[in-house]
Amino acid sequence: MAMKFEKKADGSYVLDVTGYVCPHPQLYTKSALSKMRPGDKLVLIFDNPSSGESIASMFDKTGDEILQRERLNGAFVWTIQKA
Amino acid sequence: MEDKAKRNQIWAFVLVGFFLAVSIGSYALNELYIYLVAYLWFGFIYGMCLQYGRFCFSSAFRDLFAVGTPRMIVGIMIAMVLFGLTASFATATGMGTFHGAPSGIHSVIAGLVFGIGMVFSGGCASGSLYKTGEGNGAAALVILSISVTQAAFVDIGGWLDRLVPYSWHASALSKGLPEAITPGQGWIDQYLAGHVWNQPVLSFSSLLGFENESAAGVFLANFFLGVVLPASLLLWVVYFVWYRKGFLRKRLRDGAAPGFRAEISGFWTMTMASRRTAIAGLFLGIACGLHMFVMRGLRIKFDIENAGSILIAIGQDFGLSVRGTVFDPGYWYVTTQEAQWVGWVFNKLGWDNMHNIYFGLNNGIPNPLFNPADWMSVALIGGAAVMALLHDEFKFKRPTAELAAWAIIGGFLMGVGSRLGLGCNIGAFFVRVANGDPSGWLFGMGMVPGAYIGVRFFSWWTERKMAKQMAFANELQL
Repeated sequence: MAMKFEKKADGSYVLDVTGYVCPHPQLYTKSALSKMRPGDKLVLIFDNPSSGESIASMFDKTGDEILQRERLNGAFVWTIQKA
Repeated sequence: MEDKAKRNQIWAFVLVGFFLAVSIGSYALNELYIYLVAYLWFGFIYGMCLQYGRFCFSSAFRDLFAVGTPRMIVGIMIAMVLFGLTASFATATGMGTFHGAPSGIHSVIAGLVFGIGMVFSGGCASGSLYKTGEGNGAAALVILSISVTQAAFVDIGGWLDRLVPYSWHASALSKGLPEAITPGQGWIDQYLAGHVWNQPVLSFSSLLGFENESAAGVFLANFFLGVVLPASLLLWVVYFVWYRKGFLRKRLRDGAAPGFRAEISGFWTMTMASRRTAIAGLFLGIACGLHMFVMRGLRIKFDIENAGSILIAIGQDFGLSVRGTVFDPGYWYVTTQEAQWVGWVFNKLGWDNMHNIYFGLNNGIPNPLFNPADWMSVALIGGAAVMALLHDEFKFKRPTAELAAWAIIGGFLMGVGSRLGLGCNIGAFFVRVANGDPSGWLFGMGMVPGAYIGVRFFSWWTERKMAKQMAFANELQL
């Protein structure tokens, strides 16, 4: 499945990197967040467990916050707020 | 959801049951199989630890450059120090199984090629094995690519021979190898016998003038100076370059004062930032050292030096080297057994590949069903699968064409790098560093710029695809 980055509403985005392995999910997440404004929300959908560990670790540094973590059909669905 | 969790648990039990049945059944056939069974269960433990900690050497360097996260380099250094300690005990008590490798610029070049490959493929050699256990098709393709590349690379001559310097050719011929081996043909043969074997085999212990198995040599030189000191220095560099600024900023915001205590606190917070990775590193380090003790103990029990004797005794003597040996490292290793199984397939298809040094003189191409190191790799995949199933993280994923292409290219580069460096991120880096062999650090010094090149490429690739995606979305809105 190809990567999808969409604006759903003002300040609300979705990044779907299902099927991608390292390092793509973390690089796409970093890139997507760089295109958003502080306070904007991103729903990130991925299914590569090790990417989750790296992305969470990345937020320790950037200050972005994971508001919600869910599991859906084997995928991870995280709602992230940009710092 | 509950049904799925239950189904996953059943599959996890089935897998454990399969490995238990193989262990008990083979032992019932012949007690010598316990040697292969030992490899199997250590492989299983490695797989569980790797999956639990998302332990991938590729991400250690890659994620530092790509997204600035130090969690994996921390995990690897923890594992390295603990493995170094247990391996030192093994060596000091005469129970070590480690053999040093020649040190030289070839290790750095090999690490560079391998480093680019591991970023392209999305995981190192061991990472690709555990991710295969998670059901990841791209990772399985990486393994296939590494395996085929190595099996072909070690036997290819022809036009590649023209690239061999005459000094290597002459030096290779002068080594007096058995008649069945042709060191004057094939690029890798001439590279090995004509160049690599001429480089010194060093240890921090020998560099400082200690006896190799003396307590001072093992603990002070190999362990403290060769592992603890450089690993600590590396972690402090990572802390100062990638972690300190963010940590102190957060601390200041919370009203805490900077100072020496803040620095120590920051270093500790970085170390424990990913508990999963740190815990996995701890268990991996101990298991790796224990593995050496167990294999050496079994060699003493059966009065053997190599598993070739066991294969002969159980009637599996096809594909032994001219010396009657097979690949039997006595510790964790990944890439050679991958080359062997494809080498065996090539041989069965009619490729005469037993005259080269890699297969013919050293490692052999035994039937994969009876190859001790293959039992370790298969069980590693199994252990990772069990862990993934128990945490609801197992999912069959077919690679897209894009990921398949990266997997094949990355696997190819890792295959070439492995053979140039006589091992991968495990055999040429992790195991060697932990055992006080400077060639391990040389391989690591190559992996760092290799990972950087890979990350720069993928950062460009990602931005390009994001720009395309956004342009497409804008077009739709118009």
